Amino acid sequence: MTNSWTDIKNTDLVVVMGGNAAEAHPCGFKWVTEAKQRRGAKLIVVDPRFTRTASVSDYYAPIRPGSDIAFLMGVIRWCIANDKVQWDYVRNYTNMAYLVREEFGWSDGMFTGYNEETRSYDQSSWEYQIGEDGYVLTDETLENPRCVWNLLKAHVDVYTPEFVERICGTPKDRFLKVCEMIGECASPTKTMTSMYALGWTQHSKGSQNIRGMAMLQLLLGNIGVAGGGMNALRGHSNIQGLTDVGLMSNLIPGYLAIPTEREPDFETYMSTRANKPLRPNQMSYWQNYRKFMVSFLKAMWGPAATAENGWGYEWLPKLDIAQYDGLRMFDMMSKGEVNVYFCQGFNPLLSFPNRGKLTEAFGKLKLLVVMDPLATETAAFWENHGIYNDVDPSKIQTEVLELPTTCFAEDEGATVNSGRWLQWHWAGATPPGESQTDVWIMSNIFLRLRELYRKEGGKAPEPILNLTWDYADPEDPTAAELAKELNGRALTDVPDPNDPTKLLLQAGKQVSSFGQLRDDGTTMGACWIYAGCFTEAGNMMARRDNEDPSGMGVYQNWSFAWPANRRVLYNRASCDLDGNPWDPERKLIAWDGAKWAGPDIPDIAVTAKPREVGPFIMNPEGVSRFFSRRLMRDGPFPTHMEPFESPVANPLNPEMRGNPVARMFPGDVAQLGDRSEFPLVATSYRLTEHFHYWTKHNKVNAVLQPEFFVEISEELAAERGIAKGGRVRVWSKRGEVWAKAVVTKRIRPLICDGQTVHVVGIPIHWGFKGAARKGFGPNTLGPFVGDANIETPEFKAYLVNIEPAEGSATS
Amino acid sequence: MTEERQYSAPGDEIETRKPVTVSRYRGITRLNHWVTAFTMIGLILSGMALFHPSLYFLTGLFGGGPTTRWLHPLMGILLFFSFLLLFLQMWRLNLPKREDAEWLANIKEVVKGEEENLPELGKYNAGQKFVFWGMSGLILVMIVTGVMIWEQYFPGLVSIPVRRVAVAVHALSAVAAVLIFIVHVYAAIWTRGTIRAMTRGTVTGGWAYRHHRKWLRELAGRRKTDPAE
Amino acid sequence: MTTERAPQPTTAAANPPIQPMASNLLPSDVVRASAMRDLPAPERQLTKVAKLIDVSRCIGCKACQSACIEWNDTHPDVEENVGVYENPHDLTPEMFTLMRFTEYANPETHELEWLIRKDGCMHCEDPGCLTACPAPGAIVQYSNGIVDFISDNCIGCGYCVAGCPFDIPRIHKTAHVSKKCTLCSDRVAVGQGPACAKACPTQAIVFGTKDEMIAHAEMRIEDLKERGYEKAGLYDPQGVGGTHVMYVLHHADKPSLYADLPDDPKISAVVKGWKGAAKDVGLAAMGIAAVGAMAHGALARANEVSAHDDAEAQEMVAHAAERLAVEPQEAARPQEGAP
Repeated sequence: MTNSWTDIKNTDLVVVMGGNAAEAHPCGFKWVTEAKQRRGAKLIVVDPRFTRTASVSDYYAPIRPGSDIAFLMGVIRWCIANDKVQWDYVRNYTNMAYLVREEFGWSDGMFTGYNEETRSYDQSSWEYQIGEDGYVLTDETLENPRCVWNLLKAHVDVYTPEFVERICGTPKDRFLKVCEMIGECASPTKTMTSMYALGWTQHSKGSQNIRGMAMLQLLLGNIGVAGGGMNALRGHSNIQGLTDVGLMSNLIPGYLAIPTEREPDFETYMSTRANKPLRPNQMSYWQNYRKFMVSFLKAMWGPAATAENGWGYEWLPKLDIAQYDGLRMFDMMSKGEVNVYFCQGFNPLLSFPNRGKLTEAFGKLKLLVVMDPLATETAAFWENHGIYNDVDPSKIQTEVLELPTTCFAEDEGATVNSGRWLQWHWAGATPPGESQTDVWIMSNIFLRLRELYRKEGGKAPEPILNLTWDYADPEDPTAAELAKELNGRALTDVPDPNDPTKLLLQAGKQVSSFGQLRDDGTTMGACWIYAGCFTEAGNMMARRDNEDPSGMGVYQNWSFAWPANRRVLYNRASCDLDGNPWDPERKLIAWDGAKWAGPDIPDIAVTAKPREVGPFIMNPEGVSRFFSRRLMRDGPFPTHMEPFESPVANPLNPEMRGNPVARMFPGDVAQLGDRSEFPLVATSYRLTEHFHYWTKHNKVNAVLQPEFFVEISEELAAERGIAKGGRVRVWSKRGEVWAKAVVTKRIRPLICDGQTVHVVGIPIHWGFKGAARKGFGPNTLGPFVGDANIETPEFKAYLVNIEPAEGSATS
Repeated sequence: MTEERQYSAPGDEIETRKPVTVSRYRGITRLNHWVTAFTMIGLILSGMALFHPSLYFLTGLFGGGPTTRWLHPLMGILLFFSFLLLFLQMWRLNLPKREDAEWLANIKEVVKGEEENLPELGKYNAGQKFVFWGMSGLILVMIVTGVMIWEQYFPGLVSIPVRRVAVAVHALSAVAAVLIFIVHVYAAIWTRGTIRAMTRGTVTGGWAYRHHRKWLRELAGRRKTDPAE
Repeated sequence: MTTERAPQPTTAAANPPIQPMASNLLPSDVVRASAMRDLPAPERQLTKVAKLIDVSRCIGCKACQSACIEWNDTHPDVEENVGVYENPHDLTPEMFTLMRFTEYANPETHELEWLIRKDGCMHCEDPGCLTACPAPGAIVQYSNGIVDFISDNCIGCGYCVAGCPFDIPRIHKTAHVSKKCTLCSDRVAVGQGPACAKACPTQAIVFGTKDEMIAHAEMRIEDLKERGYEKAGLYDPQGVGGTHVMYVLHHADKPSLYADLPDDPKISAVVKGWKGAAKDVGLAAMGIAAVGAMAHGALARANEVSAHDDAEAQEMVAHAAERLAVEPQEAARPQEGAP
């Protein structure tokens, strides 16, 4: 989230698209009801299904799964055509006037530079024109045809309401009504918030869905303002924390990058990360990258990390490919290229696509270690459960070790919510049986491993032997110790850069912000964005002061929000060029003539003068981007791409299948179905009654939603002779499931490209373990395809077929 | 060959001649009657307890409210089948006859105890027949409505609106049944010499002559034994 | 040492002090009890409370059901899916509240509406269950409006099922007592709001004094009217004297749209007749009959068999015996009108 849950109450219009906040985030959704009650805010839901969120919405529009980009580009086109643009914002805070290289262009739904062999773009043309002074060339008159604004207008020109209706199946009148409601928020005193979740990410072009809305929000001047923003509703209580501390194959904490083979030493690594400002006076905050990286390396290897050895940089693993994401790991596993797999708090047998492939993959492991509080399906992938897990245990030689862990209510620590709040929690129950915290288990594995390296040596023992491990109890570091390490502290006395006679920080003291981190080895900090969470003043995450003097939902003294306890990112953009809030009633910060101040922590140097420094300090331009340069693998503008399995062809390029640069392995192409065999669009989702595959282990949740089902329209049910509550078989190119049928008015057939498209809704929560009835998940059916940028599987749009099955209706 | 009975039931016969005693109810019938009677008393007491708050204390007789709640319908079932047996034995002689109308027309005489001017009657007079048919009908109604409101075993048998009617009809029928029960008991007491028919099984010749002369006459005219029966 | 009495809760999220406090819902606060007519007048009048369910804010998440199960420690069965979102499929003795889902294609606006209503006891001011109940003190009404089932006094007869205009009470199959929402009387007694209201993430369920809830509802209704629901209104049916669980409905003119919420609920005339006039008239009739019979027995001459009757019988039998001896066959036939 750029904003926070509590900030949603400040909005005038909530657009829930690519998510189902009421159902999947019911507790956070309370802030939508607050906005409706306090401000008379309206709620729009755009979704293939009339969801529980839609049930409390002011307006609903249906959409075909996987066509969101067309819808969003259509809204942008409408806003531009109808002058629903917050001009002052767009002119000053975006790159609309920047000139793009002449070579850049697009045709047939593709951008320049596509290489069919490598399934990737040569992105060199996706760049600004740089002047001799090293700064980007701009045209404030917007007359230059190569300026971003003109390119954007040309890019969205095809997305007429008629085109949107044809692609999305959204009736034109409904689409236009949504446009009108959104267009009202171009006013500086009206804001719209976007709440989205996996309905946007689980596509082969998920990142571009989100880009599309971000661009619309920029157009309306809604980024950085109270009640605005791009608000990703994270799917797990601590999934934000997972990405923050870099539990990705290509990241280290604080969104720093894991080195690649092409970066053998520290200086090579840093050479591409200078982040020189692209416009005069800009902060380009990533210029501090070195400070964060050195502090991270010092946190890893302490005294062993020295300037001479590049702070231990060489002990970091180097990627030979872009990343080892989940899809790639399981693909490698299925080829027998993985021996041991640690599965920690993860149930991939139910959560990753193409379950048949996963079962095969796990069967090729020598050892599978599952760390989980629950008896997961993954740990029992070798057990035969009839149709629910039809395997032959005698053919599976994988050894499975289950290490029971504590669950969140049984241990202490912080979870990071969608609004980037690190909220400390305390153990509420005693862990049952032999369960141990994940930290205890990992520590014990580490200590044994280190002992082996000490005794027996081995290849490259340094990263293990030199690892800092100065916890009071090496077998069981406390949550507070780990949090302090993430925060960072001075290793030696740190002098004040402005006055070397003064001391900025005494050795051993916790840093109070990432501004105190140094690149000379005098500080350590494992996750720079968490700096300030556990300072000399104590555990900031444990604060529970719910006073909100401004009434803006800022709650400065409730827990800690990264970065720097800032609640709304880019909040400098909530003010006009002179530093006055666009809407005085919703002031987050303002320029008081000498400095920035207000209820929130300014997202800019507090003394950075208005009109000099742009609000988007993380970008070298100082402004935000309609044209995203080379940051997205599948294009600097979002363009409509069909899902890999689609009932209609892409009208921009009928030959193009899916996203041309999406994560797709050659072996999986044969397992894609087409509309002749599988005419129905399947989409997966959560239900309020359950949380993923956990709560089916709980009797109460099992009571509230006991059995696997699929949802279909009355029309499809009639067509296929399916009774309400009847049993159906649903199959795709990759597998089959049996479910109960919920026949509903809430899913309606859509007319796309002249043909009727039926949607089959498949909720995710059942498996063959737990208190609920045995069932399946949509991952049995889903394709092994991932997003081009973040490799999220395409669970939200693929093709299936359905028929009535044995076993009569129960109602 | 058999001697046809018109006013008497099998087993009815002259028991002794000096003095005359007449067998009115066989042992099995008397047992049947008393089972029915005591069940009915149990039902009335338990039913009344649930019918009116001021009589709720009667549940104490059965071991409390919940016991009363489950016992009452079981007694009802017992009563139903017990009464059904009685019914099968008695229904034929309780069919209305021409003389019943005349008897009823002179009900004042009956109440005064002056039966001299009344027509001769078979085994049952119109009052007894009224009790018989009244009870038969009400028991049928109560067993049907009782099952409808029998929460323990038939909770969803009928819709709630029907259930409401059923519970009201059940209660009203019970009131009616109690009234008939009072008539029945009182008539048996008031008409001296009656009760022994259900205890010893016999009545005196004078009683039979006075109240059920046709019945006596038929028995008097029969052979002692009735091989076919 | 006396423990301080808990305050009356005025919000769903009321947080009374954590030290133990004495109950604030006393036996003397009972203003009506089933099958008990002459209750002593209460010493005090508690403020009327109410739970307000704003259907327009409800997202059907079932947190209320979950909270209800947890707080009341009930154990509903894991049923099966029968093609709907209602689970369990109905109120049960183990499930005191239930989200009911209705898909309504509004013929006026041509918009689909998914009407979601939290079903459960309405806590009527004039409770049909209490009227129908034969067991003294099994159903009580406190002066704050809460209608509570006292299981210790309940006999499990199911009369409350017939009495309730909303089809709420359910008889427990093994415990044989009637069960329904208590409005968390045990929580209210110690200063806390109902569990469902506390758990509700969108504050679609709120709790407080009845007056405040009506005022809150008015504010919500105004908002709904501004959003185009011209018939929005409060459901506080006067047919049962008003209720202590109320709804804000977008279509207050058609409550039955919401999974058959009664349009105009009242205690059935049949139930009223049965538990009213019939009860007393019936008892009187039986009493009069019994007393009348006794009086008659005491005062009137009994119907006794006379010596004459005995003699006549003797003669009839003897005469018949003679005839049988003479005419064995004929005597078998009855002789009409013979003397």
